[in-house]
Amino acid sequence: MENLYDVIIIGGGPAGLTAGIYLSRSKIKTLLINEGIIGGQMSLTHEIANYPGIESISGYKLSVNMQKQAESFGCEIISNVKITGYNLKKDIKLITINGKGDYKSKAVIIASGGKSQELDVPGEKDFAGRGVSYCATCDGDFFQDKEIIVVGGGNSALEEAVALTQYASKVTVVHEFDYFQAHKYAVEQVTNHPKIDFILNSTVSGFYGSQSLEKVTVKNLKTGEETDKKIDGVFIFIGYVPQTEPFRKIVKLNKRNEIIVDDKMMTDISGVFAAGDCIAKRYRQITTAVSDGTKAALNAIEFIN
Amino acid sequence: MTLQTNLDHIETENQYNDILSNNENVMICCGRMGPMCVPVYADMEKLRDEYPHVKFYDMLFDIPDAQVIRNLPECLGFMGLPFTVYYKKGKVVKAASSIQMRDQITAILDEQFS
Repeated sequence: MENLYDVIIIGGGPAGLTAGIYLSRSKIKTLLINEGIIGGQMSLTHEIANYPGIESISGYKLSVNMQKQAESFGCEIISNVKITGYNLKKDIKLITINGKGDYKSKAVIIASGGKSQELDVPGEKDFAGRGVSYCATCDGDFFQDKEIIVVGGGNSALEEAVALTQYASKVTVVHEFDYFQAHKYAVEQVTNHPKIDFILNSTVSGFYGSQSLEKVTVKNLKTGEETDKKIDGVFIFIGYVPQTEPFRKIVKLNKRNEIIVDDKMMTDISGVFAAGDCIAKRYRQITTAVSDGTKAALNAIEFIN
Repeated sequence: MTLQTNLDHIETENQYNDILSNNENVMICCGRMGPMCVPVYADMEKLRDEYPHVKFYDMLFDIPDAQVIRNLPECLGFMGLPFTVYYKKGKVVKAASSIQMRDQITAILDEQFS
């Protein structure tokens, strides 16, 4: 049967790629379908320094390495496409890709990951790629000697704020609380950095300019006062939301729209597994995604056998 | 210097001008080997067979001659890679900043070059 695989993986982040490595190495006929960029959120990370065995690596390089490793074992990868249909309830699962047709498999691993949360305020979408960015690695050097804002107070925000100081003349961290959720090391790095200052208890409430971003409105969340601030760029790192929209009427989700899995990483549909940032769990790290992908792959092998 | 892709590369301003003079429909992706750029090159490689009436090229963003794209009025204000530019009879008909999905690319190709 044409386009019939043992396992189809949805998503090419660390969970999906790890599952691809394990399945293909076990001679399981595997297809990985990726709607976004290979590596997912991992590929946008400037530096990864807590992946065991690797002292320092860019997220993009680690993504490419994982992709090559999966492909070297025979995992087929289709990337940057749009999936238009899922029929996962029957024994043979069917997935439709726009312009490419139907793909079938005995099991599916959903590893659709998360996507950057947006502020959802006026002008944000209009200035994406024109001053508003979600990727310091990709767009940082457009802001050489310019003033920028980083929105957020978690590990990603503070680590990327430091990374962006190699380009920007000044980085202002705008954060909704008067404390940071990031770990102590990241907080120390930004608070001691001469190029970084802070606007706390605040958020960016609007983006304005003509051809590119020229100013933002910063809203104090305690007083409600809004102030205009001239700025060349804004990088937004306010967390991730699970990319589970296509699965909301297919598998069981919790109230945060995360996929619920059992101890074998299986959803409430037989033969449909899930792994990585799209599932309900406490910690979202590359290492936990890799772990999820491994478990999902091994359980999928057991299932199809 | 060129990008590590299987596309035809543009390395000089003269080459760029020749290509635009001698081809009716041209798509050029100007970027680096980064996470937002690579998926666009990969799609362009696949689309060559589906759109034989369009010429697909890439250009390394950091070479001096890439100013012909960096300084296009249509790219003014772009602050995200890659810069993807579509030309009809030598004139820019569309320009986009940052990653484009395959559907977005084919929509432009169908609209501008059908």
